[in-house]
Amino acid sequence: MRNVDLTVPFLDMNFKNPVMPASGCFSFGREMAALYDLNRLGAIVVKATTLDERQGNKTPRLAETAAGMLNSIGLQNPGVERVMSEELPYLTQFNQLPVIVNVAGTAIEDYVMVVQRLSDMDSITAIELNISCPNVKCGGIQFGTDPAMAQSMIRAIKEVARMPVIVKLSPNVTDIVQMAVACEEAGADALSLINTLIGMQIDVEHKRPLLANGVGGLSGPAVKPVAVRMVYEVTSAVSIPVIGMGGIMTGVDAIEFLMAGASAVQVGTANFVDPYACIRIIDELGAWCDAHGVRAVTELIGAAKA
Amino acid sequence: MSLVKIHSHTAIGSEIYELTFVSPVDLQAVGCEPGQFLHIRVTDSFDFLLRRPLSLCKMDIEHNLVTVVYQVKGAGTKRLSEKQVGDVLDVLGPLGHGYPLHALDRAALLIGGGVGVPPLVELARQLQKAGKVVHTVVGFQSNQHAILISELAAYGAVTVVTNDGSLGRKGLVTDELTNDFCSSYDRYYACGPTPMLQAVQQILEKHKLPGYLSLEERMGCGIGICVGCVHKVSRDGQEMNVKTCKEGPVFAAQEVLFT
Repeated sequence: MRNVDLTVPFLDMNFKNPVMPASGCFSFGREMAALYDLNRLGAIVVKATTLDERQGNKTPRLAETAAGMLNSIGLQNPGVERVMSEELPYLTQFNQLPVIVNVAGTAIEDYVMVVQRLSDMDSITAIELNISCPNVKCGGIQFGTDPAMAQSMIRAIKEVARMPVIVKLSPNVTDIVQMAVACEEAGADALSLINTLIGMQIDVEHKRPLLANGVGGLSGPAVKPVAVRMVYEVTSAVSIPVIGMGGIMTGVDAIEFLMAGASAVQVGTANFVDPYACIRIIDELGAWCDAHGVRAVTELIGAAKA
Repeated sequence: MSLVKIHSHTAIGSEIYELTFVSPVDLQAVGCEPGQFLHIRVTDSFDFLLRRPLSLCKMDIEHNLVTVVYQVKGAGTKRLSEKQVGDVLDVLGPLGHGYPLHALDRAALLIGGGVGVPPLVELARQLQKAGKVVHTVVGFQSNQHAILISELAAYGAVTVVTNDGSLGRKGLVTDELTNDFCSSYDRYYACGPTPMLQAVQQILEKHKLPGYLSLEERMGCGIGICVGCVHKVSRDGQEMNVKTCKEGPVFAAQEVLFT
């Protein structure tokens, strides 16, 4: 019988395990709640929420690549008011489930207004600032690639947010450590990385980009080595906790991120391939610890740096 | 999500395969709607990461078997075509909303193009079983690409057209959809390439025949969480992107917008 402590301390609380679905890869939880009890997750990160409703980009929005996929969804969501009235109340029934809301926008004012509205809700555990979406034409990524702009954003958000602020970083930068340090200096409570890598696929029969948007975000197992490297480097440079993600498909993948220094992990693309991926990964994580004599998953955090 | 065994797997046309496997759900207890799809992994490894959505073509309730028909279009479907009888498949489904049957209808017009024809077979079976007159109009590039005609003929009249005239009349399915011909039916059900669906929608709107279109979009998850496969519809005077996998793939024809 397994006797592994999977809890991890995070943002002044304990998550029952370090596994949460990544934003945009779990919608707002309803579809998945039909398959399993969401209380089994360490936390949930819901889809990016913007000030106004967004219909997203044109189709095709998806393409399969070698061991990965490209997406250019374009932040389709019903807008913060409807997220608060129609989506988030549904999640309150899962009383052991910390809820993290990913926030996106095109200008600092948008982000501030969304966070102000969300701050009215006690049921939200944390905000994840999406300053790294590659699929919106203006805003978004510019905050994630310019350290000074990222700092302005974080400072403005910290003034209005009543909950901890996690900043989600883009890998599409020359120096992710510089970005991470800048975010920590500006008051970020935690970081999550990586968002998708900008990629492209050509439809050779029609001699044009396959995605309607031209470019998209690459995710899946193909990006994992890049993500592990970035988590390893960033966790050596900052003292705030880091959530690692990028191509996690199995419990062992999650362990790589923990050993690289992540305090928790997010699972994205794997949910599309296997809707039970998150709970399978939690089980595999426990089984691996059990088989390797690890009594608490926290023992693994940063273990590769010893 | 279930691991199910392949019962039969045969080529039925040029690069077109009929794949029958054990149903991932108990068909007697749950059943499948015609027009629903099954989401199939082609490998256990991560080289072909995403599942392939393939629409239900036939179901055998007695033996708890389901059949899909697919065309080899890329490396993933090529890999699927190499699977043997007895091999195990990872299948999710049945998923999505299929074609609704209407109790008061007397006669249904089914319209299919190319590899859009398969879901019409199960639909024709269920309509005929419910006592409706079924007439199917199917179009293919050529005789070589024609599939499932005898299966459809078991449930009603079939009109075949081909682009090159090598089977049936030469032309397009829309050539057959005259006002006179369509006036005999209460409703239509269509599945095929997007330009065909768009043309069918326009013509039958003129003839004031209500119907359903089964749409195809590139899918990620198949269950509504990735929002990759949306299509534009008009509802209550508002245009919106809805998930093809979850709200479709079958939609009421009058709400579908083609851009």
